[in-house]
Amino acid sequence: MSIISEKISQVDQLVSLFEQNREVLARGSSPILNRMREVSIKRFAQTGIPDLKNEDYKYSRLKPAFENSYRQELVRESGLINLNEIFKNNIPELDAHLVFLVNGWFYSGNNPGAELPKGVVLGSLEQIANEQPDLIQNYLNRQAGLSNDPFVALNTAFAKDGFFLFVPKGVVIEKPVQIINLLSSNENLMATQRNLIVAEAASLVKLVVCDQTLTPVSYLFNSVTEVFIGQDAMVDVYSIQNYHNQSTVINSAFYRQQRNSVLNTGTFSLHGGLIRNNLKVTFSGDHSEANVNGLSFTDKKQHIDNFIIIEHASPNCLSNQIYKNILDDESTGAFSGRIHVARDAQQTNAFQRNNNVLLSDKAKMQTKPQLIIDADDVKCSHGATVGQIDEDALFFLRARGIGEKDARMMLMNAFAHEVVQKITIEPLRDRIDELIEKRLNGEIGRSHDCKDK
Amino acid sequence: MLSIKNLRASVEGKEILKGINLEVKTGEVHAIMGPNGSGKSTLANILAGKSDYEILEGEVTFLGQDLLELSPEVRSRSGLFLSFQYPVEIPGVPMISFLKASVNEHRKFKGLAPLTAGEFLKLMRAKKDMLHLDTELTNRSVNEGFSGGEKKKNEIFQMAMLEPKLAILDETDSGLDIDALRIVAEGVNALKTPENATIIVTHYQRLLDYIIPDFVHVLHNGRIVKTGGKELAFELEEKGYDWIKNGNDQ
Ligand SMILES: Nc1ncnc2c1ncn2[C@@H]1O[C@H](COP(=O)(O)OP(=O)(O)OP(=O)(O)O)[C@@H](O)[C@H]1O
Ligand SMILES: [Mg+2]
Repeated sequence: MSIISEKISQVDQLVSLFEQNREVLARGSSPILNRMREVSIKRFAQTGIPDLKNEDYKYSRLKPAFENSYRQELVRESGLINLNEIFKNNIPELDAHLVFLVNGWFYSGNNPGAELPKGVVLGSLEQIANEQPDLIQNYLNRQAGLSNDPFVALNTAFAKDGFFLFVPKGVVIEKPVQIINLLSSNENLMATQRNLIVAEAASLVKLVVCDQTLTPVSYLFNSVTEVFIGQDAMVDVYSIQNYHNQSTVINSAFYRQQRNSVLNTGTFSLHGGLIRNNLKVTFSGDHSEANVNGLSFTDKKQHIDNFIIIEHASPNCLSNQIYKNILDDESTGAFSGRIHVARDAQQTNAFQRNNNVLLSDKAKMQTKPQLIIDADDVKCSHGATVGQIDEDALFFLRARGIGEKDARMMLMNAFAHEVVQKITIEPLRDRIDELIEKRLNGEIGRSHDCKDK
Repeated sequence: MLSIKNLRASVEGKEILKGINLEVKTGEVHAIMGPNGSGKSTLANILAGKSDYEILEGEVTFLGQDLLELSPEVRSRSGLFLSFQYPVEIPGVPMISFLKASVNEHRKFKGLAPLTAGEFLKLMRAKKDMLHLDTELTNRSVNEGFSGGEKKKNEIFQMAMLEPKLAILDETDSGLDIDALRIVAEGVNALKTPENATIIVTHYQRLLDYIIPDFVHVLHNGRIVKTGGKELAFELEEKGYDWIKNGNDQ
């Protein structure tokens, strides 16, 4: 455990924390992780924490969060969480292969491997990088390393653990794999988590990733996930984010798709102080499809920023994005959707839509589509709306006897429905519906704020 | 049942209703006719509780209660039904769940237990049969992509489900083909009992061939300028509104 003091600049502090803890970071870690650290901390030091002048971060003010003092868990601390307790925290309970992580560290709670098909590896990145480096070395940091995002570099410098999932060629995992990421600390905490998913050719896996803060301290959570999707493989990743108001979350996901593969993602940002989701899909093979959706709810002074890049590097691929946000009070949101169609990526289909409902006069939404098209045979579209609840629809429902609160709820559910119905795991769809209902009723987040320390 | 006394109302500073008086008793059918922009829908919307209007003066009692004090939902649950001139489309709200919520709110208000899914479906089927509705509208979002006529039929279907005490039909006949007009009119008649009442806003005497009104009122420029029996509708059809506007009568 280390404390960042507040005297020097935030970047210098992190760099010196790194320098002081070189050995601690290296100890127990595989060379695959260790060999990336030095170049990454340098890269982070060069870029620093982006301010609003940085084009990619112009809607999200991240500096203030770095001004807090945080401890970091540079070594595994044995703070086991009672598994039976965690489902009280609005985490959907599913019939799934369940694993959980605490503050970025993997804990093999209920022996999930027992039921998984032969050859599937699900476990701690730290451990598997040591024991089966061949599974990892060709993939780790292959996508993230190309990014010039400073938080990805910071993550790579400090990364010790996270989850690793390997699905061998042709293997189908019927039940979803549920990953529960818990943040639990008695002092302000900066947590780093590094995940890797490798789905080999013609494999199939569905993941449900649930993030949850458990204690009312400030968190700075920096998570990076790289996903490799082999030829003809199908990967679904649903992410449910539920952090309390003192949390700042930077969550970066990189997906690379081989030919003829399908990716479905849904990011459900139910609650959080500041959430920045970076999501990049790269089509490195033709005839692939990616459905990238998101739904967020913000109120008070919360902020959500979804920053999406779809890299159509191969021909004949299809991408669909639907992002929806419901913003209340003084909350703010941003959506950036960049679609890049490379010169050779003919017959690309790329669609993007961002719809927003502002429930108060003070809520604000920034939406920025960006199409960069270097091929000529391309079908692209984008659209964005920012509106209020439809007063005529509200009156119609009330004039049929439905109370105002219920009528509003119906309309917001209707707005959210489009994203929810795209979930391919049916029980999860129902759970999410329930969570949305709770969120709109103000029953999510509140429990945290009144929990005592 | 309904008593409107000297109702004056404005929207955005413009006075639309300039002193409406109207008494509707149990068992009666009233028709309100009048030129475009005369304030017919404004009156209907105010009765249903739309908040865009400012009430300047007057009072409205409905079943002994001060109607203007009640929220739109309580007015509905108390038995007032407005069939909208322009029914709104609500994508994403399934017709079935909307209607079930609506019916069960009405039941709750009456102290009745909510209908089970099975009971609800049975009720829906019965009402569909009664209205001879063959189109499948209930497994879609509320009015989404419905044709003009389908929207109007859907309004009458909702009316059949809710069995209001006072139904206000705002141009439910416009945009209907001949068959649909008959279906709607027969539906309204089938729902008619000595215990309820109906206000029909229409431009056409045609509808009144099917639904015989006890009274016909002519609304012009925010006032009821003429009231008569069903023959007044024929007269209007023949002579047009200029006849009224020019103040040949009264
Ligand atoms: N929300 C509003 N804002 C501004 N003006 C309004 C509003 N609602 C009604 N009006 C005006 O009030 C007047 C009466 O409108 P209303 O819809 O009641 O007429 P109507 O008699 O129903 O006409 P029609 O036969 O065309 O349906 C019109 O001049 C209309 O423009
Ligand atoms: Mg009208």
